[in-house]
Amino acid sequence: MLARLLRPATAVAALAFLGAAQAQMEAPDALVKNVTLEVVAIIQKDIKDGDRRKIIALIEDKVLPHFNFNAMTASAVGRNWDKASPEQRSRLTDEFRTLVVRTYASSLAAYSGQKFDFRPLRAKPTDTDVTVNVRVLQSGAQPVQIDYDMEKRANGWKVWDVRVAGISLVVNYRTEFDNLVREGGVDGLIKALQAKNKSLERPGAAAPAPGVKK
Amino acid sequence: MVLLFAGAAGCATTNGGNDARDPAEGFNRNMHAFNEAFDEAIGKPVATGYRNVVPGPVRTWVRNFFANIADLWIGANNLLQGKPLDAVTDWARFGFNTTLGLFGINDIASEMGIEKHDEDFGQTLGRWGAGDGAYLVWPLLGSSTVRDTIGLVPDFYFDPVPQHRPTGVRWAMIVLRATSKRADLLDASRILEEAALDKYVFQRDAYLQRRRSLIHDGNPPRAGRPQPRAEETIEPAPRASLAAPAVSPHALEAAIRLLEEPAQPHPGSVVGSGG
Repeated sequence: MLARLLRPATAVAALAFLGAAQAQMEAPDALVKNVTLEVVAIIQKDIKDGDRRKIIALIEDKVLPHFNFNAMTASAVGRNWDKASPEQRSRLTDEFRTLVVRTYASSLAAYSGQKFDFRPLRAKPTDTDVTVNVRVLQSGAQPVQIDYDMEKRANGWKVWDVRVAGISLVVNYRTEFDNLVREGGVDGLIKALQAKNKSLERPGAAAPAPGVKK
Repeated sequence: MVLLFAGAAGCATTNGGNDARDPAEGFNRNMHAFNEAFDEAIGKPVATGYRNVVPGPVRTWVRNFFANIADLWIGANNLLQGKPLDAVTDWARFGFNTTLGLFGINDIASEMGIEKHDEDFGQTLGRWGAGDGAYLVWPLLGSSTVRDTIGLVPDFYFDPVPQHRPTGVRWAMIVLRATSKRADLLDASRILEEAALDKYVFQRDAYLQRRRSLIHDGNPPRAGRPQPRAEETIEPAPRASLAAPAVSPHALEAAIRLLEEPAQPHPGSVVGSGG
């Protein structure tokens, strides 16, 4: 009796779960397009004042779930990742995530209505590692190319590197991180990241340069 | 000449500094400090004033005017790099923008879908096979390399602005162009300031990456990443994906392998395969 009652319930639950998984497994190029357009629309409509806190909250809510920060941090830390304990790794990931989100927020705050060109994905349906290409168009200059390196995971496509105008975020931190580990060990790197993040919390530090009108 | 560059890149010793690409790090850091001081005192304030005083549309005209002049030499470089179609595009841009765009102040070619390119003689040398050579920082000019410094000579020679007469107008144009460029970079330089732990290193690595990308027109052959293993794609969705779960050993292994073999071509790579 109970089993008979439960069976349809389980079926419904399973279906709902499948539906959710299906929705999550959006194609990588569609995912980038939808998230970009959604975030930019919210910024233009609701965060006109460039409020840093609101932009960071927006990124945490809409963008971060699609990033694999563990892979990003491991790659940026490079060979020294081996030397780090699990606890150090999680602190490195936290600090690096904070720094990247801040930088990302600054880039979004500087957005002034440029148009996007979402390039069609050049990949086979079976590929699990793709690069999604978006270009930001601007007058009197070459479009700025943004490449998202993405990997298919069980819970959807995840970004593991972003390249802006050919500059890889992960690669660009590698030398800096390497130098800091050589100077002060993994803890030295964690401290440097913490200090950097703290300095950006100072009022005004993350705001537009004084005197610059938006 | 090509061999000479390759030699310069290969023989770089690591005295004092620790980066083979940057044997002149001591000199470069001094130049960088000078440039930073100059920018703090003059560059940034002038550019900020320009941005605050001159209305946006006028700043766009100024940017477009100088960008239009540059398209001629950009086209020549595309021709030298064996891309005649791109060269024709650049000169068509110049034609449309100079006439219909009123002496280039309107970038109507971009609106028509004729995209602007970014080329210079340093890139042409790179396309011909020249390596970067040592990284160099010059006063006021900023980041460069041995190859890009040599490229600056023809770039300067074929730049109509410094040839302009009378000299009064010439200097006004040089200053206006520099101001316009610096103003366009105000946001970017602030973001760089925020992102970098060691600005010198961050800027150097960004410059070298950027040049490599430009030489290959945005599609440099790049270090691939091993395909994720099959079991990785069927692992259960981590529930607390926002709470920094421990990195999977496979991803880690992949990341390390990527670092150890940076030049290994990636069979599944989308970028650079041209397909």
